[in-house]
Amino acid sequence: MKKRISNWGNFPVVSANEKSFVFIEQLHDLVSESRDFIARGNGRCYGDASLAESVFSTLKFDKILSFNKLEGIFECQSGILLDQVLEVIVPAGWFLPVTPGTKFITIGGAVASDIHGKNHYAEGSFSRYVMDLDIFLASGESVTCSSEINNDLFESTCGGMGLTGVITRVKFKLKKIESSYIRKKQFRAENLEELILLMDKNCGYTYATAWIDCLKKGPHSGRGILIVGEHALFSELDEKRKENPLRKQQSRKVSFPVNLPSWALTVFVVKTFNLFYYFRQNKSEVEELVWYEPFFYPLDDILHWNRAYGKKGFIQYQFVIPFEKKQGLFEILNRIAERDMACFLAVLKIFGKQESIISFPREGYSLSLDFPFRSGLLEFLDELDRIVIHYGGRLYLTKDARMKPDILQSGYPGLERFRQIVNKYNPGGRIHSMLSDRLNLVTN
Amino acid sequence: MATVLILGATSDIGIAIARQWASQKFDVILAGRNPQRLKPFESDICIRYGVKCNSVLFDAVDFQSHMLFFSALPLKPDVSICVFGIMENEEEAFSDWQLTEKIINTNFTGAVSILNVIAKCYISQKEGTIIGISSVSGDRGRATKLIYASSKAAFTAYLSGLRNKCFSQGVHVMTVQPGYVYTKMTENMFLPKTLTSGPGQVAHLVFNAYLKKRNVVYIKWFWRYIMLIIQAIPEFQFKKMKW
Repeated sequence: MKKRISNWGNFPVVSANEKSFVFIEQLHDLVSESRDFIARGNGRCYGDASLAESVFSTLKFDKILSFNKLEGIFECQSGILLDQVLEVIVPAGWFLPVTPGTKFITIGGAVASDIHGKNHYAEGSFSRYVMDLDIFLASGESVTCSSEINNDLFESTCGGMGLTGVITRVKFKLKKIESSYIRKKQFRAENLEELILLMDKNCGYTYATAWIDCLKKGPHSGRGILIVGEHALFSELDEKRKENPLRKQQSRKVSFPVNLPSWALTVFVVKTFNLFYYFRQNKSEVEELVWYEPFFYPLDDILHWNRAYGKKGFIQYQFVIPFEKKQGLFEILNRIAERDMACFLAVLKIFGKQESIISFPREGYSLSLDFPFRSGLLEFLDELDRIVIHYGGRLYLTKDARMKPDILQSGYPGLERFRQIVNKYNPGGRIHSMLSDRLNLVTN
Repeated sequence: MATVLILGATSDIGIAIARQWASQKFDVILAGRNPQRLKPFESDICIRYGVKCNSVLFDAVDFQSHMLFFSALPLKPDVSICVFGIMENEEEAFSDWQLTEKIINTNFTGAVSILNVIAKCYISQKEGTIIGISSVSGDRGRATKLIYASSKAAFTAYLSGLRNKCFSQGVHVMTVQPGYVYTKMTENMFLPKTLTSGPGQVAHLVFNAYLKKRNVVYIKWFWRYIMLIIQAIPEFQFKKMKW
């Protein structure tokens, strides 16, 4: 039975045959019965990765295989959500080494996107912590790989958008924590210049991210709030929190019940929200102790928040450009303001050094921008692409639904090598997605 | 600590029920045809909930083995939940006796065989709870679910009788009648969203019903009324319907 599926951006929507597996033998049967397929986790990437006519859902393949509480080593099947991993590891005094802005993604997805978090500058991306993983190839064979064994397979599976095979098992290192709290500091910045300065000054913090008000023009263009944080040590807690330092708080979840009509999220509404958000912090600097969830996952308490963008969906545009080319950031923000392209949410992060074949992170500033889908947007993003490439940057495949192949080629010097390795492990291109078709990543 | 036995632990509802009971600090015994396959389930439950979990070999259609199976269990279960059941292509089953037999032997005969053994033990110790997962399909036989529905009807009748037999001995028997559930079994069927529950939801409702010592529980509750309406259709009309 076909059903209509889409990822978090609600664009594009595809009619697909979705099948799941509980045992590796069932995956074996699925792979041998299907002409072509792609693995799919929780569908939290934004664009058209993991979309195809035939998808294998990993969500039922979600068992924890081992957890070494002394050394912080966690091993699980690929379909488990980060949310579930946190439930188990936090009470034992461990944390995810890298986490994105949502906990509703699978571990398999974390590897396939080689996710980064607010700590990339200090601690790198998820693949750095993967000790080894199993991948189920189109040939029906299960192969273990790591940075030492089958290194080429490992390197092109991390960030490889599921094109080498179905990731089935992942073993990774955790991070030791003394409490489930974060010592958070917030700084207000009048404009982008000031924000970047603040960011560079505070790069000693493990976690750093900045929210930007994109609708502001003129001298205050790019005003925003920088948020930095550290895991709070036991000694930094007050007496009450010391009683139960690894406490789990109950957060109340609300669900966005319906798709808003696409005219609902107007510039006026967002401007008001931004104004409120910016001035809610009345001092230029505040420091507080917060529980980890609101720090890392501020939007997870509103289930289906993507419905705010309406049926037409939205595009999240994320790129990274080198530190020395930061004028690119100014140029892009100006271009958005000039064209009145309402961008409702913008997040700035800094990435540290990383060399990999196909992973997104590289040293520089990363900016992600949410645009509600409307006419003229695709052409406008093509313009932005050219600016990004001009400044030596690249785009994030996990967020992408519309990039042209030449833009990808210019941003990723390892692309040819990636294609060769995919071709070696996925000959004939039986594993492919709408993303890989659009960008010619797989040869069939 | 109390222990629960899950007969048919590899199904979606089976694992959801195992996790639900484990989250309430029950030790868990997972029984299935292939215990090797159950190893990941075992580690998952131990690590997530900090309880003991074992997997053991159990074959519903190997009736002779049931007595030995139960007496050899590593822990004596306080609650036994019969989850296993199969649904096959009904057209094929109609023309292939072996397939028909397999459905009946799994869904009915196998269940009766093992639950007789367990009930005898519970009666002798004058405590214990048996939960059988049947199906609303069993409430009225129809063409498209001919063999499956009749095997479940027989199972429902058995559970009702067993409850009657065990009541005076201090043993509780609960019948669970799920309507549509999103599982591997129904993956390729179109199911109306409002009438369908997820396995986790089923497990949660079954556990609450267990705490309240309910006799017959429909999941979700409105299925009781849907089935009442379906049962009320006069036979001369019902026989003409195509479904």
